[in-house]
Amino acid sequence: MADRPVWKSGVTLAVIAAFCTSLVALAWQLTAPRIEANKKEWLERSLQPALAGLFFDSPVTESMIRISPPHELPGSEAAIIYRVYAGEKPVAALFVVSTRDGYAGPIRLLIGIAMDGTVTGVRVLEHRETPGMGDKIEITKSDWVLQFDGHSLRDPEPGFWAIRGDGGDFDQLTGASVTPRAIIKAIKQTLTYFGANRVAIFAAPAENDDNPSTEGE
Amino acid sequence: MSVGLIERFKAGLWRDNPGLVQLLGLCPLLAVTATFVNGLGLGVATLAVLMASNALVSATRRWIQPEIRVPIYVLIIASLVTCIELIFKAWFPDLDRSLGIFIPLIVTNCAIVARAEVFASRNTVGASILDGLVMGSGFALLLMIIGAFRELFGQGTLFSRIDLLLGGEPVRGIVLADHGWLLLVLPPGAFFSLALAIAAKNAIDGRRTDARTAMPRPTRTLNR
Repeated sequence: MADRPVWKSGVTLAVIAAFCTSLVALAWQLTAPRIEANKKEWLERSLQPALAGLFFDSPVTESMIRISPPHELPGSEAAIIYRVYAGEKPVAALFVVSTRDGYAGPIRLLIGIAMDGTVTGVRVLEHRETPGMGDKIEITKSDWVLQFDGHSLRDPEPGFWAIRGDGGDFDQLTGASVTPRAIIKAIKQTLTYFGANRVAIFAAPAENDDNPSTEGE
Repeated sequence: MSVGLIERFKAGLWRDNPGLVQLLGLCPLLAVTATFVNGLGLGVATLAVLMASNALVSATRRWIQPEIRVPIYVLIIASLVTCIELIFKAWFPDLDRSLGIFIPLIVTNCAIVARAEVFASRNTVGASILDGLVMGSGFALLLMIIGAFRELFGQGTLFSRIDLLLGGEPVRGIVLADHGWLLLVLPPGAFFSLALAIAAKNAIDGRRTDARTAMPRPTRTLNR
């Protein structure tokens, strides 16, 4: 055993490496279509809640545009907008934006806005807020994010887009005020952007998700 | 044979529990056990990798020269973890998102290399698979217990997000209280919970030993 030549060890290693590689390749072959389908399904599914009550008939994910910074949307990274149509008629726009005003790390938000400027739904996609306090912004933890549905910059007036503690119209969260403030500010900013750029958003050509270009408006 | 089997399970689940006694695989143990479902998910994934890696290491043990055994273990374990990760992504995409980086990090779980080195490289394929099963179950069970404990007292719920495993709409689980002791859900809570679990095990062992004999048992080494 001990005086076995070195090349034999090399061969053993190579054979086992080849075997392991083919094992992984096989697993990848078997799972790749499902993983791809899952990704797409997950995106569609995660966009649905922001569309509550709207009629639309095209796959949402195929109408994406990317707005690269600098832009007037919340956050300093590229924002994504999915446009929702019923037939040829635009119904709503879904914004994926992030805000850095949270307590810990960026908060990624999905904000749905109907053509008349009312919020159709808000969901938190990603955050690192404190568990047990700031994380009540998740729909699986509390109903807090539902309170924005149906509101616009006319109802309430822009000055009242704040938590009650700050003289606004919206509920806060027990033990956390930084997080709600950040989210309300981001929604307000997105509504303002939508109001100013509505026509341009729906005029822009769609982009392919696999090939993220940096073109925007 | 069946007595031997019971003994083996006793060893894996209690006497030589990889997490409680050997203190292996602490990184995933501490990081994912904020909820029961996460603990269960990672526990099952680790169990599967451990059984498969034990089987492969044992099957190839005749051809593995001692000087290259470690790179071969690493190869085998890394490939298996990649396969498990792909399987999770394909069939449990939500759980995969919830466990995040900790599925690929099963590679670094020392419990798996330890069992390859200590057991699988010296025993038959069948015995090695059994060893993977008992040791993996011990680890998974500990993950579930700590997960349930932290979730129950830290968050006031049990089985929240069980939909990650079973599918369907997101569920909040059995809500027993609106608030819990927040610290338990945060990272320090993981250390406290593990410490409590180890202390509880030692206390039970101590009481048993006292009942049997007045003499304290000799301390056990990590790898017998």
